[in-house]
Amino acid sequence: MFKKLVTGAAFALALVPAASFAAGGGDQHIEDFAFSFEGPFGSYDQNQLQRGLQIYTEVCSACHGLKLIPIRTLSDEGGPQLPEDQVRAYASDNFSIYDPELDEDRPAKPTDNFPVNDALGAPDLSLMAKARAGFHGPAGLGINQLVKGMGGAEYIASLLTGYTGETKEEAGTTFYENTAFPGGWISMAPPLADEQVEFIDGHSNDLHHLSEDVSAFLMWTAEPKMMARKQAGLVGVLFLTVLSVLLYLTNKRLWAPHKGKKIS
Amino acid sequence: MSGIPHDHYEPKTGAEKWLHSRLPVVGLIYDTIMIPTPKNLNWWWIWGIVLAFCLVLQIVTGIILVMHYTPHVDMAFASVEHIMRNVNGGHMIRYVHMNGASLFFVAVYIHIFRGLFYGSYKAPREITWIVGMLIYLLMMGTAFMGYVLPWGQMSFWGATVITGLFGAIPVVGEPIQTLLLGGPAVGNATLNRFFSLHYLLPFVIAGLVIVHIWAFHTTGNNNPTGVDVRKGSKEEAEKDTLPFWPYFVIKDFLGLAVVLVVFWAIVGFMPNYLGHPDNYIEANPLVTPAHIVPEWYFLPFYAILRAFTSEVWVVQIASYVTGGIVDAKFFGVLAMFGAIIAMALAPWLDTSSVRSGKYRPQFKWWFLLLIIDFFALMWLGAMPAEEPYASLSLIASAYWFGYFFVILPLLGVIEKPEALPATIEEDFDAHYGKKSEATPAE
Repeated sequence: MFKKLVTGAAFALALVPAASFAAGGGDQHIEDFAFSFEGPFGSYDQNQLQRGLQIYTEVCSACHGLKLIPIRTLSDEGGPQLPEDQVRAYASDNFSIYDPELDEDRPAKPTDNFPVNDALGAPDLSLMAKARAGFHGPAGLGINQLVKGMGGAEYIASLLTGYTGETKEEAGTTFYENTAFPGGWISMAPPLADEQVEFIDGHSNDLHHLSEDVSAFLMWTAEPKMMARKQAGLVGVLFLTVLSVLLYLTNKRLWAPHKGKKIS
Repeated sequence: MSGIPHDHYEPKTGAEKWLHSRLPVVGLIYDTIMIPTPKNLNWWWIWGIVLAFCLVLQIVTGIILVMHYTPHVDMAFASVEHIMRNVNGGHMIRYVHMNGASLFFVAVYIHIFRGLFYGSYKAPREITWIVGMLIYLLMMGTAFMGYVLPWGQMSFWGATVITGLFGAIPVVGEPIQTLLLGGPAVGNATLNRFFSLHYLLPFVIAGLVIVHIWAFHTTGNNNPTGVDVRKGSKEEAEKDTLPFWPYFVIKDFLGLAVVLVVFWAIVGFMPNYLGHPDNYIEANPLVTPAHIVPEWYFLPFYAILRAFTSEVWVVQIASYVTGGIVDAKFFGVLAMFGAIIAMALAPWLDTSSVRSGKYRPQFKWWFLLLIIDFFALMWLGAMPAEEPYASLSLIASAYWFGYFFVILPLLGVIEKPEALPATIEEDFDAHYGKKSEATPAE
């Protein structure tokens, strides 16, 4: 009985470390979106990432930068995977970059990063999906993250869909009521609305879908190597499991003569 | 090297004799890995190997990360993202290093609590225990400074809070704090010296690990019964022990492999679970995060630090007696370090003549309560500093000190231990049957 309790405690130590404790869940409402990249086998939906890129480019990029993201990675495996000529065209069509060597602005190249955009003090979005956690519970233990993940993408999507329509003015700034934002009032005006972005393939573009798509894209900018990582994870787990079995058999045979048990 | 009689390395060929008479390195390695080890060691004894593995893992991955990292306040955050995005395999190396720290602490806590339960700290292993505690302290220092290097919000504000603790020490506190920070506040100088020390300390740890191993190879391992290995003759000793190679190497590697399955699953599928989202926001001295929370492995002691506020009567008495020198903040710092010193003093606080908790009917339950207390403190350390968490923290902190300073000394006097097995062989045979009754393999 005692042994079991101690063993249980040790497992708890190994499995439920208290790290992701963070208060601040409380009054926020984070909807649990079903993203394709969740779980150990989840992967990015390439089309969704491309739609998200379009939304970012047409809407978000007006105020938010992605300064840590090299534009060339848009053609990387496990991402939006645009053809290289499209990436080149995308870079030069959409962004101009200050070049210290030329001492003037020039069209962006794939080797450049997305430009910094801090004119309005809006936060950079490169890592936003990892810099916010959607789920904290129960009791701040972070255990639900084991099942649901950190919920950074959920946080962004919930924020985009969480405007109630109420506004208030404080010290000359307009605040908008938002059910996902800590404190309930955000200074960002509702950025997305139904049918704000048109997709070439006619994919549905209501607010819910747009929010979901751009959140998925921002999950990719935050974690571009996720698919490679999960693959490495799976291969490693399988390899180590086989190694464990082999070591178990070796160990059993090695000790058998000393344990007074027969082995054939 | 060991006090347990066993065969030593004998150089046979001319070349071996030539080397052995000049540098007996082969003999040293032989004696180290062939050390007679109590054959009844259970699975709680695998964590030493896991810890050795962690140290090597962290050093190797760390050296690679240093090749791509820039210790400068304007570039550190971006250089970590450079590692995550542009360095071949960089995202895996960084995630392994990041979660490797957590594995290190999971292992060290189990290792420490194993020692506390089976009385591994008691004579004659006090030096092993003290060296182990030094290693643990250095690990905490190393991990703390490592967490500052990515220069995220938690890095910056964690560094501000923790170095601020030193400022609470009267008279010498502020000069120490300035020396640690390299200036009046956390800045580029802080980042640079933390980077330097974060690279240095693991090698100091490696040195202490050798001393740790040297010490317990001199006394021999403890074991689940706490009964000593018979040392009268080699034949007698061999009934109680088996050589470390291959028996315990293979067993420990099996344990390590199983642990690594879990570790690798976390690295592969949920590498940020143990981290804090705020550390993906670049450090900003002008914006304080809503909640500054240390990494999980610091939480129990962080809870003790925060538990002693100026409303607590012990603190008020201390403040009155010392004429205000020991204020609430300083008291908290003393309590936090005191909680670790209490563990280090266990060899002298435990008065029981029996080593292993297995044969101590009352101790068992107090020990179980200590484990629960540890988890409770870990949880409380992450909660905001308000009721009911503040009162609970105080109770949990009180138990931590009570266990070491009251319960351990008293139990030795009032508890009646159960009968111990006469020998390790007897304990082993009771579990697995006698060797002589078995048919040997092959």
